Amino acid sequence: MGIQLNEIPDWNCCGASIGYGGGGELPRLALSARNIALSEEHNPGQQIVATCAACWLATREAKERLHDDQQMFKDANAALAEAGLMYKGQAEVRHMVEVLVDDIGFDALKAKVKKPLEGLKIAGYVGCQTNRPFGIAGESFENPMYLDNIVESVGAESIRTYEKKVQCCGGALAFSEPEKSQEMIHGIIEAAYDNGADLITTPCPLCQANVEIYQDQINEKFGTKFNMPVVYYSQLLDVAFGRSAADAALNGQIIKAKKLEDIANK
Amino acid sequence: MSDLNKVMIEKYRTSFLREVEANVEEGEWVKMCMQCGVCAGSCPLGKHWDHPPQEIFMMIRAGKRDEVLTSDSMWMCTSCYNCIARCPRGLPITHIMHGLAVYSKRLGLAPQKQPTAEFSQIFWDNLMKKGRVNELKLGLSLYFKDGFGQGVKNAMANQKLGQNMMKAKRMNPMEFFGGHGVKDTSGLQKMIKKAQEIEDAKVQGKG
Ligand code: SF4
Ligand code: SF4
Repeated sequence: MGIQLNEIPDWNCCGASIGYGGGGELPRLALSARNIALSEEHNPGQQIVATCAACWLATREAKERLHDDQQMFKDANAALAEAGLMYKGQAEVRHMVEVLVDDIGFDALKAKVKKPLEGLKIAGYVGCQTNRPFGIAGESFENPMYLDNIVESVGAESIRTYEKKVQCCGGALAFSEPEKSQEMIHGIIEAAYDNGADLITTPCPLCQANVEIYQDQINEKFGTKFNMPVVYYSQLLDVAFGRSAADAALNGQIIKAKKLEDIANK
Repeated sequence: MSDLNKVMIEKYRTSFLREVEANVEEGEWVKMCMQCGVCAGSCPLGKHWDHPPQEIFMMIRAGKRDEVLTSDSMWMCTSCYNCIARCPRGLPITHIMHGLAVYSKRLGLAPQKQPTAEFSQIFWDNLMKKGRVNELKLGLSLYFKDGFGQGVKNAMANQKLGQNMMKAKRMNPMEFFGGHGVKDTSGLQKMIKKAQEIEDAKVQGKG
């Protein structure tokens, strides 16, 4: 698609939205500042593009905080100096969805399709952090449409009124509060079934995992028979653009996305 | 009672609001709350919270220091940002909840065995060792956080899940013996140590 991604050399984990309880404020901000500083040093003039909702959020949030609070900016740089780094805060921080939607555009995505995902009905589950607090420009927080538009661009049927589109899945609390989180995940999957979905797709890696991998446990608890595939949205693009099931990492699914695999194998 | 807690009680005798403003992440926003209740209706785990954000802000102004700082409500924040997206006054509620949780922990007032507080610390410690998080060790230490017996039970409950994840090559058992990390671990650790020192000094000397 004419876009080249360069890894940030020696990147570190951003602390996600759970590290705060161990790290506090400045240490957490310093982690994201380190990634930005490394990018500014090694990939000067380039945008930072995150594929994970939480990485994007943490990095962008750190940049805003260090911009608004001069003392924090100085403190973060005092910490970074210990690692021989300097944070300027110039690199733009974006989500991959912004690149796909704003830079490339739905029409260009459509033009790339070799195998339209015909006959697939897909619930686009946007979740929280790709959507709030920053979101994608021009989209509403309560009912964003870009994921439905991506689904339709690759030839599948979207469920524009999917009621659990922006429902929280528990995020990191799926680990620490499994019962409470699984109750919410149950609702997300149930609504997809109610709408006749063949599969769920999401732009958030943690949502993808949370909604897919606990279905056994949810079935045990709720007496349901859920077996709903949940794929990362790029897997839809992969298949539609003609890549193999293996290239689309469909063999990594715990719940096989059978219909999507069939299209890939056609 | 922790020494820092005693110092803080002494220092802010007259105003818990001032204590929060000076020491809690984004605490200076608390006074902007107009008690509309939108945030209270927005928390996904809200029915489990004893005190929703709106109430916590009111309690801070009313000086209910103990009730706020010993509460486990803010530890149930999932960072969903519903509240921030909806608050008519633009309060960074998510960060204030995180900030209150961290501050209560710093003072030794956070509830014992609070699962998210424990998980959060395990996650952070794991991250500090190598700069990246090792899912397998993270999972294992989470199961064993309550001791060995409970750990075996927890691990059994999730055994099928672990096996599924490994079968699907989503969790790498080799991670346990090394796994990925940043190259400049010592730089990263020095950076974090410095950041912690600065933050400690702020909380002790600010106000
Ligand atoms: S939504 Fe904002 S103004 Fe309304 S109660 Fe919550 S914090 Fe206060
Ligand atoms: S971000 Fe936290 S406080 Fe805000 S609505 Fe979500 S769970 Fe509640």
